[in-house]
Amino acid sequence: MSDISYVRTEMLGEKPAPAGQTGALKWARENLFSSVWSSLLTLLALFFVYQFLSFVLPWMFQSSWTASSLRECREAIAHTYGEGTEGACWAVINERYNQLLFGFYPKELYWRPILAFILLGAALGPVLFEKLPRKMLIFTALYPGLMFWLVWGGSVWFPISVYLGFAIAYFASALLPAAIGALGAIIAAMVLPVIWWLLLAGPFAEVLQNIIPMGIETVSSDQLGGFTLSVLIGIVGISLSLPIGILLALGRQSSLFVVKTICVGFIEFIRGVPLITLLFVASTLLNYFMPPGTSFDLVLRVMIMVTLFASAYMAEVIRGGLAAIPTGQYEAADALGLDFWKATRLIIMPQALKISIPNIVSNFIGLFKDTTLVSIIGLLDPIGLTNSIRANQEWNGIVWELYGFVALLFFIVCFSMSRYSMYLERKLKTGH
Amino acid sequence: MSMADQVGNQPVFRLSMLLYDSRYRSMTIQTITLILFMLGVGWLLSNAASNLAALGKPLGFGFLSQPAGYDINQKLIEYDNQMSHGRAALVGILNTLLVAVLGCITATIIGVSVGVLRLSNNWVIAKLMTVYIEIFRNVPVLLWIVLANAVLIENLPKISTFRGTDPESSLILWGSVAPTNAGIFTPSPIFGEGSNVVWIVFLLSLVAMWFFGRWSKARQEKTGQVLPNFWIKLGLFFIPALAAFYVMGRPITLEYPVMERFRFGGGYVIRMSLISLWLALSLYTAAFIAEAVRAGIQAVSKGQTEAAFALGLQPGRTMSLVVLPQALRVIIPPLISQYLNLTKNTSLAAAVGYMDITGTLGGITLNQTGREMESLIVLMACYLSISITVSILMNWYNEKIKMRER
Repeated sequence: MSDISYVRTEMLGEKPAPAGQTGALKWARENLFSSVWSSLLTLLALFFVYQFLSFVLPWMFQSSWTASSLRECREAIAHTYGEGTEGACWAVINERYNQLLFGFYPKELYWRPILAFILLGAALGPVLFEKLPRKMLIFTALYPGLMFWLVWGGSVWFPISVYLGFAIAYFASALLPAAIGALGAIIAAMVLPVIWWLLLAGPFAEVLQNIIPMGIETVSSDQLGGFTLSVLIGIVGISLSLPIGILLALGRQSSLFVVKTICVGFIEFIRGVPLITLLFVASTLLNYFMPPGTSFDLVLRVMIMVTLFASAYMAEVIRGGLAAIPTGQYEAADALGLDFWKATRLIIMPQALKISIPNIVSNFIGLFKDTTLVSIIGLLDPIGLTNSIRANQEWNGIVWELYGFVALLFFIVCFSMSRYSMYLERKLKTGH
Repeated sequence: MSMADQVGNQPVFRLSMLLYDSRYRSMTIQTITLILFMLGVGWLLSNAASNLAALGKPLGFGFLSQPAGYDINQKLIEYDNQMSHGRAALVGILNTLLVAVLGCITATIIGVSVGVLRLSNNWVIAKLMTVYIEIFRNVPVLLWIVLANAVLIENLPKISTFRGTDPESSLILWGSVAPTNAGIFTPSPIFGEGSNVVWIVFLLSLVAMWFFGRWSKARQEKTGQVLPNFWIKLGLFFIPALAAFYVMGRPITLEYPVMERFRFGGGYVIRMSLISLWLALSLYTAAFIAEAVRAGIQAVSKGQTEAAFALGLQPGRTMSLVVLPQALRVIIPPLISQYLNLTKNTSLAAAVGYMDITGTLGGITLNQTGREMESLIVLMACYLSISITVSILMNWYNEKIKMRER
């Protein structure tokens, strides 16, 4: 027996993979240079990015932050970085950022919109993130009145008396059924607050203000402007368009012919015309439809129109969600003996809303971007302000710095909304 | 049940049944809704009527035939300031449609390319496209429009720099096109005698292309042979018309823009407002179209591609014969709604002074005549009819390409 074996008796140790098959090299080969065509594209794209950055970065940093006109700016840049250097003139932002953010809101009162937006975070918290305590929702419900009071100022009794209307509705539906029956209570709960708001709320607030004066300085709507105005219109539109949109979508699906026709007519009309025509209606026509002598605030009129506009789009999004729900769900709800509103609230809507989240949020983003249109009817939102700044003799000829700043403001808000919707989609995904 | 409630076996109708009996309930609700709705509309209309009467402006559309008295610098049909407001509105509608159609074409081209490239295996390209889409989708379109306008106006040469014996700026493309900050001056075609023949030949060659396509398809189905369809069609498109052009002794000539004392004479001018609107709307809408295209392609299951490869189809033909036809079904509806959005967004022309229907009828006419109600009714009717026409076409198309399932 010889110990010559033809087969190796001990195993070889593991070797690392070839250099080209691991790590960065492999990644680059697969993702950047997978073929001749792809390599060419990669090189072209990298060259383009390099060209872009080598122009933009120096432009951004070889800049001037303190100057009072574009000419001064250019002189300062030429002085510091040498003749012929092109640099950004951030001085315009430095000088005007207050205006771009707050419009013509009184300087000493800036804390009020700032506080309102900080509190907005607290009010939105429990809506956006489930982990926060549910009790915070009470604050969310109180927030609209608080925001109104902080931004526009005036007597504190006014928002309080508006809220009392809701309290009346609550007590009517809770206490009256014993006295006048369920149907009477429902009607009372709908009619009494309306009577309160139309006839009694105003005088009530005035009387209380006379007895116990509590209020802060009033700021009129024409002092509102800048990014604050966009955000205000956006918040009002977003928070009201969702409930109205849900109702319109339900109306459109309804088997009641009259309700359905009205809803379809409204939705298709609003979706068929551009927002700007509705804003023209707000600025020139809406007062005609009110009783002679009434005139209400342009900002309020615009908010109404933007809300109506957004609701019609929201209704279509939610209708898409409703259509995606299998008939079995409706039938199962019926089989459980739930009536229409209970079935809608407990079975149908939670699923429909979940399906439509991405579209709802992209609708919100669209609405927020559309608030810039108010500049065309003369409100001073950021774009309206850029026009007036550019028309100014000192800053005539400035382009990228100003628009870049405004674009950045909108980008931050819209981009975070879209990221939040992705997060929500992942969180609510219960399928497999 | 007491006797009072019953007559024979028929239950007596009681008022509460209107609400609690499901036979009558829906009628009750609908009647109440209708009454409330009518009351609301009636209230609004009576307010409007009394307000208009108080202002001494009875509703009427007579102002549309009065002379407009303002000029429109970008127009597709004859117009001068002596013509009526109605004519000005028509010019506006055509301008709206012009920028909408141009925008839809470019936005589709950019959007489809970006959408496909975003799915590319190439990391750099895919990321660049993502950056493009995110930047354009998350910034208001109005900002893009005014930005495009400002950038073009600040960076292109003034008309005055083309003046003089040794001008600062000169015409590009062999002295035919002058890009200025007021607009781009281009040559305009002049149709001389015999140009009709060229047109007819061109139209005939289009018809021939269509017939050739049908014949070639039938032949392919019968014999399995594929002709170089693209090249033959390309030839059919150009060669007969060019031949006719030379045979007729070049009847179509170009009129070049020429610098006169203070302005360009001759040729055609595309105003900067149109260009910036077109550019901004295309780039903005393209970002949305790109997302629709990406979603459509991703909606086609990978098995389809693999099956096509298994059948021996090459990647290009897999895309065009298997993936795209299925993806189109998903892409078309959002694509059409993007077209509609683009059309509605053309109304932002007011921001750069382009005279579309909103600028003419909803802008100058409204301000000059003070007829807010009538102008806005006509304006909205115009947009509504465009939207409804497109929706009807879209429903028809959707019905046509619907998956035939058995």
